[in-house]
Amino acid sequence: MNIPKNLYYTESHEWVRVEDGHAYIGITDYAQDSLGEIVFIELPEENDQLTQFSEFAAIESVKAASDLNSPLSGVILTVNEELEDNPELLNEDPYDNWIIKIEIEDEAELNKLLNAEEYAKVCE
Amino acid sequence: MFKYLPHTHDDIKAMLERIGVKDIDALFAEIPKSLLNKDIDIPSSMSELEIFDHMNGLANMNKPLVPFIGAGAYDHYTPSIIRHLIERQEFLTAYTPYQPEISQGTLQYIFEFQSMITQLTGMDVSNASMYDGSTATAEAMFMACSQRRKDKILVSKTVNPNITEVIKTYAKYKGIEVTLIDEKDGITDLESLKKTMSEDYAGLIVQTPNFYGNIENYTGFKEVLENHKGMFIINQDPSTLGHLKTPRAWGADIAVGDCQTLGVPLSFGGPYIGYMATTTKYMRKMPGRICGVTKDTDGKRAFVLTLQAREQHIRREKANSNICSNQSLLALFVTIYMALLGKKGVYEVQQRSIDNAHYLEENLLKLPSFEKVYPQPFFKEFTLRTSLDIDTMLKALEEKGYLGPLPQRRFNADKENLVTFAVTEKRSKAQIDEFVRILGGLS
Amino acid sequence: MYYDKLIFEISTEGRKGYTLPKPEIKRYDLPEDLLRDDCPGLPEASELDVVRHYTNVSFKNFGIEKGFYPLGSCTMKYNPKLNQDMSNLPGFTSIHPYQPIDSMQGILKVYYETQRMLSEISGLETFTLNSYAGAHGELIGLMIMKAYHESRNDTKRTKVIVPDSAHGTNPATATVAGLESVEVKSNKDGTVNVNDLKSVLGDDIAGIMLTNPNTAGIFEKDILEIAKLVHEAGGLLYYDGANLNPLLGIARPGDMGFDIMHINLHKTFSTPHGGGGPGSGPVGVNKKLVKFLPKPVIQKIDDRYTIDYDGDPLTIGQISHFYGNAGVYLKAYTYLLTIGKENLPDIARFSTLNANYIKESLKDVYHLPIEGVCKHEFVFDGLKDKSTGVKTIDVAKRLLDFDMHPPTVYFPLTFKEAIMIEPPENESKQTIDMFIEVMRNIAQEAKDNPDLVKGAPYNTVVKRLDEALAARNPIVKYKDLLNQ
Repeated sequence: MNIPKNLYYTESHEWVRVEDGHAYIGITDYAQDSLGEIVFIELPEENDQLTQFSEFAAIESVKAASDLNSPLSGVILTVNEELEDNPELLNEDPYDNWIIKIEIEDEAELNKLLNAEEYAKVCE
Repeated sequence: MFKYLPHTHDDIKAMLERIGVKDIDALFAEIPKSLLNKDIDIPSSMSELEIFDHMNGLANMNKPLVPFIGAGAYDHYTPSIIRHLIERQEFLTAYTPYQPEISQGTLQYIFEFQSMITQLTGMDVSNASMYDGSTATAEAMFMACSQRRKDKILVSKTVNPNITEVIKTYAKYKGIEVTLIDEKDGITDLESLKKTMSEDYAGLIVQTPNFYGNIENYTGFKEVLENHKGMFIINQDPSTLGHLKTPRAWGADIAVGDCQTLGVPLSFGGPYIGYMATTTKYMRKMPGRICGVTKDTDGKRAFVLTLQAREQHIRREKANSNICSNQSLLALFVTIYMALLGKKGVYEVQQRSIDNAHYLEENLLKLPSFEKVYPQPFFKEFTLRTSLDIDTMLKALEEKGYLGPLPQRRFNADKENLVTFAVTEKRSKAQIDEFVRILGGLS
Repeated sequence: MYYDKLIFEISTEGRKGYTLPKPEIKRYDLPEDLLRDDCPGLPEASELDVVRHYTNVSFKNFGIEKGFYPLGSCTMKYNPKLNQDMSNLPGFTSIHPYQPIDSMQGILKVYYETQRMLSEISGLETFTLNSYAGAHGELIGLMIMKAYHESRNDTKRTKVIVPDSAHGTNPATATVAGLESVEVKSNKDGTVNVNDLKSVLGDDIAGIMLTNPNTAGIFEKDILEIAKLVHEAGGLLYYDGANLNPLLGIARPGDMGFDIMHINLHKTFSTPHGGGGPGSGPVGVNKKLVKFLPKPVIQKIDDRYTIDYDGDPLTIGQISHFYGNAGVYLKAYTYLLTIGKENLPDIARFSTLNANYIKESLKDVYHLPIEGVCKHEFVFDGLKDKSTGVKTIDVAKRLLDFDMHPPTVYFPLTFKEAIMIEPPENESKQTIDMFIEVMRNIAQEAKDNPDLVKGAPYNTVVKRLDEALAARNPIVKYKDLLNQ
């Protein structure tokens, strides 16, 4: 299972990459593997306000469906619309294909997230 | 031995030996003793011959009447071949198509059903059927409320009260508030909608032709709803869609209705079959089964249940609906009906219903005891005011073998003298003339 | 030859498959502004075109009359022809639901007697036949549960307990009925963990939904204690009738303490599944819940059968347009009369005998996670030898090559490689032995030639399907195919 060291994680299998006050959010390798062939993602709209650990998108595979929870609070800056037509990109490379980019509202919230080592335990 | 049970003494012995128990009772040993051996008071087993006589006796206790009533159940003709085809064991006894390799038959007719429903309604996608029109409408309400994240819905007063009752029951337990929109001149009142509609409501449910038989005109409805982000749900009799403007043309987001009017026998109210269709935008919010096209490993075209992530067996407590199966065999029924009638047939057959209904109305209005109530066009069902005593009228008709019109007072106290007639293509001129003569004799 | 045409693809302009009487009445035209401006694109075909098309389409299905159909929790028993004929009698099919009561005494008697027989068999006070399907029955049942608590102003009860091994419909129904589902863990054998149950019981619990025997075919031997605990906590017990078959004439849910239940007539009482419907899910209740039943209510007063359209003031309301699927009840009623009191327990006994026989005959090659006696069905957790890489899905697909319908697979979710086998009572030892032999052969093939099993099926009209393709690029009508 691929769990990059430089990311933050949630117990519900989302990852966060922090870059200049912005956060890129996606799903982990473990998540895409458990879902199987991803067929659809229901994306949020730009400018939507998110609160930490609340639902922001829904993802469907052939045999499963899952809601995605935002690891952080903040306003959505960009939505990766490419996923709308090619949801299988999440299977191909879940870390390269982020789902949303948000403006981080409160850096302290990062403390509530897991590091790679802690997340690896969740996946055991 | 009994005809449905093949186990001989030797079979049982050999099977018990393999299992390693001394008798069948040992297989029930864990059931608490206090629960066992209750006397079950049902009749003793009957032979096929006895059942045949018994059931014919019961059937003869019913007195079939020639219906001049609809109210949600319409006496249309059923072509002979339908019964023969749907009773082929391959269709009749198969399970839900979970193993697509050996269910291509079911999956294909469901795909054809979806194709036909979308052709009739003008919508983009249809599911593989619902229990009936009333529950389909209630499911549409759930779908709209979930889509819009609202817990209020508007329903027109002109919707069949049985449907409205079902909507209200479903709504009550889910915590949805139902508000009624007024009628004016026998159709949904646009002004009432304008006054009531706000962003609090997920949308509006209407029916056409409505409970009085009137064809509704939805000019201006879509704009009002759109201004408040409301969804437009139209319940429409699919047999009218050879003629009438489609739900899509009126701007419906969801179209629902009951396909009983596509040749399904009256059968004391069921089984019938509902339909639900929507636009591509809301496809993934629709309840029920949907069949799609794919390829097998050889690249051959094949059919498969698709978009299953919407459904209860995957979503569990997050599903918008608990629907598991559908009315599959009835979907086949109406698919064959539509295949026989084809492009022009739905129109031609229903033109007869229209002609018959209008001929009846014209002749009833010649009697002093009937007058027009609503200045609206109608299809095969219409409402008149009568000066006759309604009970006397119904009794007189029944004596001659006719099932008279629906008294509106049954549902609506302020519609005391209104009665609603329905006439299908099955009524001959002679029947209609006799029907009018009986009523004429009462005036 | 494989017939792969859609009805639209054999359509030929100008053909039709119906006739109408000569017109006797002049034509009336509807106002232009209400008419559609196109013609619905339905196919055009002659009567023989249509008959031949659907006959060929039917050949692509697998029905009970073709071969063994051991689908767990689905009770795929023989659907007697007599049932079909009786439900087709014109005296039943031509009855309008709003006929005068006295002109419908025959069908009302069938309703009343069916309600009564189901009550006797299940040990409950009475049944409503207004529901259309098992899932519909469940919904009505939970509405009744909620209405009962509300009538006592006990409005805190918003949660319903559902075991983790339950069918997905249970939690979905709870949500639709406006209740929250609480999962309780089951024991290894899928039975309710009584300690876990105790820990969730409280004054916020409306009730519990159970199947008994459970989805693994194991009878809840603690059922009387479970019922006592739930009742003491103020909750009600709901019985999901999916697995009623092995209890017929043996033990009754009502006597176990269940307050509400639904029965799937298309499982236990031989009405056809019809490729997914029409089913029916009559709902039974005990005495204290009768007043909450949906309206209309069919009753017998003196010697006359009647319909009470208003129901009790406490009714949950109306849940179907008329009175449910009458055509289905006629079949179940005919079946009940055929079976009769004396054969009822044999249904339970022989279905249970069949299941245990298969279990004991295959447990050396398939992994049996729950040892001991089962009822009408049981679960294997895949092949015993996991080293071959052959999964449950492969075994299921390979069965197709031997003209047998696979068991239910990957359910219950509590077993990763679940194969759930239910051999109904009317399956003979010969048929079952054949199934056992095929299952053993497949297990052997998995060792000798795993790729053969993984590539199955070979003898079906289509091979394994690309389900992801269908979901990513939905083609859901003929017009979509044309636009491809």
